Amino acid sequence: MLSYTLRRLAFAVPTVLVISLIVFLMLDMAPGDPTASLPLTIPLEVREQIRISLGLGEPVLVRYFKWLQMTLVTEPLHVLAGLTGWDIAPDGPRILSWQTRSPVGDIIVQRVPQTLWVVGLGYLFGILIAVPIGVISAYRQYSWFDQVGTFVSMVGFSVPTFFTGVVFILVFSVWLGWLPSMYDTTHVVRDWSSFVFQVKQIAMPVAVLALFNASQISRFMRASMLDNLNQDYVRTARAKGLGEQTVVLLHVLRNSMIPVVTVIAIGIPTVFTGAIITEQIFRVNGLGDALIRAIYVSDWPMVQTITFIFAILIVLFNLIADVLYGILDPRIRYD
Amino acid sequence: MPGNGQAVLRVQDLKTVFATRAGDIHAVNSVSFSLQPGELLGVVGESGSGKSVTMMSLIGLLPMPPAQVRAGEGHFGGNDLLKLGRKDLQALRGRDIGFVFQDPMTSLNPVFTVGFQIMEPLRKHMGMDKARARQRAAELLQLVGIPDAERRLKDFPHQFSGGMRQRVMIAIALACDPKVLIADEPTTALDVTIQAQILELVKELRQKLGMAIIWITHDLGVIAGIADRVMVMYGGQVVEYGPVREIFANPAHPYTRALMTTVPSVRGARAEKLNVIEGQPPMLSQHPTACPFRARCPQAFGRCSRENPARYTVAQGHDTACFWDHETGGERHV
Ligand SMILES: Nc1ncnc2c1ncn2[C@@H]1O[C@H](COP(=O)(O)OP(=O)(O)OP(=O)(O)O)[C@@H](O)[C@H]1O
Ligand SMILES: [Mg+2]
Repeated sequence: MLSYTLRRLAFAVPTVLVISLIVFLMLDMAPGDPTASLPLTIPLEVREQIRISLGLGEPVLVRYFKWLQMTLVTEPLHVLAGLTGWDIAPDGPRILSWQTRSPVGDIIVQRVPQTLWVVGLGYLFGILIAVPIGVISAYRQYSWFDQVGTFVSMVGFSVPTFFTGVVFILVFSVWLGWLPSMYDTTHVVRDWSSFVFQVKQIAMPVAVLALFNASQISRFMRASMLDNLNQDYVRTARAKGLGEQTVVLLHVLRNSMIPVVTVIAIGIPTVFTGAIITEQIFRVNGLGDALIRAIYVSDWPMVQTITFIFAILIVLFNLIADVLYGILDPRIRYD
Repeated sequence: MPGNGQAVLRVQDLKTVFATRAGDIHAVNSVSFSLQPGELLGVVGESGSGKSVTMMSLIGLLPMPPAQVRAGEGHFGGNDLLKLGRKDLQALRGRDIGFVFQDPMTSLNPVFTVGFQIMEPLRKHMGMDKARARQRAAELLQLVGIPDAERRLKDFPHQFSGGMRQRVMIAIALACDPKVLIADEPTTALDVTIQAQILELVKELRQKLGMAIIWITHDLGVIAGIADRVMVMYGGQVVEYGPVREIFANPAHPYTRALMTTVPSVRGARAEKLNVIEGQPPMLSQHPTACPFRARCPQAFGRCSRENPARYTVAQGHDTACFWDHETGGERHV
């Protein structure tokens, strides 16, 4: 198992490096320049000075390594220092957002909690809904429960979140007036009534994401259960005289969870990226919102950093999925 | 014919139908047989003749739907298996009736240790605690000839060879000392030497433990080696039933006779080519109203396509479902 994990890790590190180079180069070569949005009255020499001070004059490779070192070492250490109060923050330049002139690490730290709460809860609820629905749908294949489940998840999966989001706002905020349509990030939970408000304002974005995720995961769960329900070992379990609960919820579910857990793990980073849209609709100023704003104003350092974080998350969760696969499936673990 | 009062299992007129979208499949039609304590009943017949479905019907292991047990009785230890509730049947499975299936590679759950899987019925049916069940599981592994049993309990199925896995399956089936062991083609998926080893093991266990065994197979050679009694099935019906010596010495049904000639003989002159039974297996789309074998039968005559033959006694404990009398070579006058 350890050598299996190490082997996977050995693949992950070069992958991250290659991605970092691509992220850097792509955005480096992209058109658009922060000085382009400066007023035209500024003379060319001054414009050039601004460019140099922003680091745009140096050779590509130098800028890449500088950027990599700042992204992977300097910024994380500063962030860690800020969170823990330890004195580990290194000296030297930091990656500055061209838009706000403050370090990207600091901005991201402010943005992550909103994203984690909204997106994380959306995913968590999605899983909690999807697993039982998938199990029951498969066990009672073609029953009315299964039919309804299939229909709802088809709809939930094929209707984009920006549509369900708007429909939700229309129904629950505009018509019924039950829930706020905008997410107030500055809201602090102090007592019961402020907690209730927090629940109310987070309900819609979480519901939209949960619905979308549950649609997808419940389909996987159902398919995986169906695959396993017809296996010979299920007949053996029944022949041993085990009850249906043990047969389905222990023998079948344990096997069916192997691919589903993998899919769930791989899906976590794509949920982050996919949530960009939901964050826009409900005005949640999370990571996705930060990325969109940075793109609007050609704030390359910000775009690069967030894109790179997403890439690292994808590689990381692929690694986690592989390791989970090994943990869940003894045939791989003992390879 | 069945009817012996002390039989462990007595099946009467079992009828199982699969109601599929394409129509009904009459897989088992009026099957009757009995199993005496300690005896080994060999069940032969070509693929699709209803051997597995017969046994699965008795123990409620068929997928329902599409399967429907439409008629019959299955007397076992004072109960009718076909009328027992789900819970009662569950309590009986694995405790009083053990199962071994054809494919040992897929019959064990890949994600649980072999020890866990042997301990499951012990804990469920015998109420053993973990330690006691583990001890018994190790004994069972040893019993079925797996060396280093104690340690191997912690291994997963994929760490065993096919033959070893079938031994594990046998250990599971025998865990609670069942009165009946049903083995559905337990050696078909194994190569010949392993097959012989498993046969030896079963013979030996039978002597030690004394349970009755139903052994389903395609292989008449295997039947000749281990069975006390033989049941030949064709088209979902029992076409011949009797003691093994009697059947081999005096096969009455044309299908049984044809089966015997398909067995390549080891001794004696080599046949020009392997004999095969010409023709297609019967359609099972309705309840039989004529002999299912008539289209392939060399002896068939008018009555065979008008009437489905009942089982006629041809000797002590030996019966056949055929209008043709193998002794006279003519029509049976019944
Ligand atoms: N789940 C099912 N749905 C529909 N028909 C079935 C099902 N299971 C079995 N049958 C049909 O029942 C008939 C008898 O099948 P059965 O499995 O008992 O044959 P068998 O004698 O055990 O053959 P084999 O030697 O190949 O195992 C076959 O015609 C088969 O098509
Ligand atoms: Mg079969």
